[in-house]
Amino acid sequence: MTVQAPPGQAARTAAFPGAPPARRRRRGRAVREGATAYLLIAPNLVLFGLFLLLPLVMTFVLALQESSGIGPGRWIGLGNYRQMASDDVFWRSLVNTAVFVAVTVPASLAIGLGLALLLNRPIRGRAVFRSVFYLPYVISGVVIGLTADWMFNENIGVVNKILRLFGGDGVAWQSSPLPAFASLVAVIVWSHVGFCMVIYLAGLQGVPRERYEAASVDGATGWQLTRHVTLPALRPTTFFLVVMMVITTFQVFDVIFVLTGGGPGNATQMLVTYAYAAGSAPASRATPRRSGS
Amino acid sequence: MSTLTTGRPGIRRRRGRDAGRLGLLVVLAVVMAFPLLWMLLTAVSPDRDLNSADLRFWPSVLRLDNFSRAWNSLPFSTWLVNSVAIALVAVVITVAINLVAGFVLAKMRFTGRSVLLLVIVSTLMIPVQVLMIPQFRIVAELGWVNTYWAVIIPRAAEAFGIFLSRQFMLAIPDELIDAARVDGAGTLRILRSVILPLCKPLIAVLVIFTFMYRWNEFAWPLIVLKDQGLYTLPIGLTFLQGQYTTDYSGLMAMALVSALPMLVVFLVFQRYLVEGISTTGLK
Repeated sequence: MTVQAPPGQAARTAAFPGAPPARRRRRGRAVREGATAYLLIAPNLVLFGLFLLLPLVMTFVLALQESSGIGPGRWIGLGNYRQMASDDVFWRSLVNTAVFVAVTVPASLAIGLGLALLLNRPIRGRAVFRSVFYLPYVISGVVIGLTADWMFNENIGVVNKILRLFGGDGVAWQSSPLPAFASLVAVIVWSHVGFCMVIYLAGLQGVPRERYEAASVDGATGWQLTRHVTLPALRPTTFFLVVMMVITTFQVFDVIFVLTGGGPGNATQMLVTYAYAAGSAPASRATPRRSGS
Repeated sequence: MSTLTTGRPGIRRRRGRDAGRLGLLVVLAVVMAFPLLWMLLTAVSPDRDLNSADLRFWPSVLRLDNFSRAWNSLPFSTWLVNSVAIALVAVVITVAINLVAGFVLAKMRFTGRSVLLLVIVSTLMIPVQVLMIPQFRIVAELGWVNTYWAVIIPRAAEAFGIFLSRQFMLAIPDELIDAARVDGAGTLRILRSVILPLCKPLIAVLVIFTFMYRWNEFAWPLIVLKDQGLYTLPIGLTFLQGQYTTDYSGLMAMALVSALPMLVVFLVFQRYLVEGISTTGLK
């Protein structure tokens, strides 16, 4: 069957035999609609072209040039890559970023899923809990970084004060590599779990009731229902979250910039902070103070 | 099922489990809220509480002058005005053009539509840091360095917002549009009088997210704004960190002030936000 013209148009065509064939009129309208569509979306297209696609091309071009920041660069082929490949800090950043993403993303997803499962059934204060868990996600990275920097202060920070209260020793969060990395992971997981929880809660709404009923008729209980009904049904949600979280975790910049500044001794240097340092080191003004080394 | 047939013991067990669940949630909520609570408590504590070796949760005396001292030590009022102006103008521009783009991609038929959509969505994958240096060059060419526009315009067309709008508007029945068209409404009229009134949850989500991104943004404004007088609050805060390293109560007071507008926006709109995310096809 061919596409039907709207009833009004068909009737009009039939009523006026001398009018042009409907198909040509439809084509005329399609062209007009196309023109309107492009006109309406033009601001977005111009901005995308100017601030995303053009910079993307420029990135590839700049990568092959030597540049002092201003003025035209000099072609040096793959020289920048050679230089980068011989820079230990680059490799350190690459490994750090990989480990950081590999630890942070699964932890955020697992905790987010746990919170969603806890909150999926009705419980008193559900809206309050949901807000409290989501809240860290809306706070700026700079504020998070500053607060964490204060909490993980080695001498007078609250984390070490609590540890000492229980008879432990304070941990050198700011001056030894592994604790610094761990504190960063903890802070990012803290700020991302709320987002994972909300998306999982949305996903849980979509699990068909009948599946639970069918499974419990077959004798499945509590954990088995979760394991064999809920989790498989959440697979698309999990996929979406993995993609989103890998992208956002990879791009975390402000928290690192403020909390550890990549230190101590590049222990928390990531690709994005490395790129920032390489790209704007001479021009940077608000360099974060760093205690320890 | 089993709780129904086994009667009272089952119900009692279930109630016991619910109490356990509530207890666990309370503990988790305290842990999650603690950093923000600690920021608040530090902001109203005297220095001697912070510097002593003992742990003290509640301040020995309430020190509200931490706020005024830190506020007056640097041009925070200027930075606040900058932040508000940038966030508000950015929200208006960004939400408007992304809603229109979402409508075009969801409801208008034209050649190249699927290619456009693919290109727009795939830009989500590009880390912004990769593009910052060329973006800065373009902004510099346009003569926008050191202006609000340098912060607002390059981030106005946003793949996430366009995609969200399109997904939401796909669910609006075509018949509504056809009916309006038969009644003689033009495209803009349809968008304004038919589509947008149905998009309130979507608009709420877009406004919150855009406000959040602009209000919280750090790296890009840091690069394109050179004058201290044009800085936004997040950049200004790092100054406080650099210059007054030991004044943690002042630092936390200003951190709180800069987070407050976002907290208010969130608490007012959080219902729409959570509903919006689950109804905009974001799953």
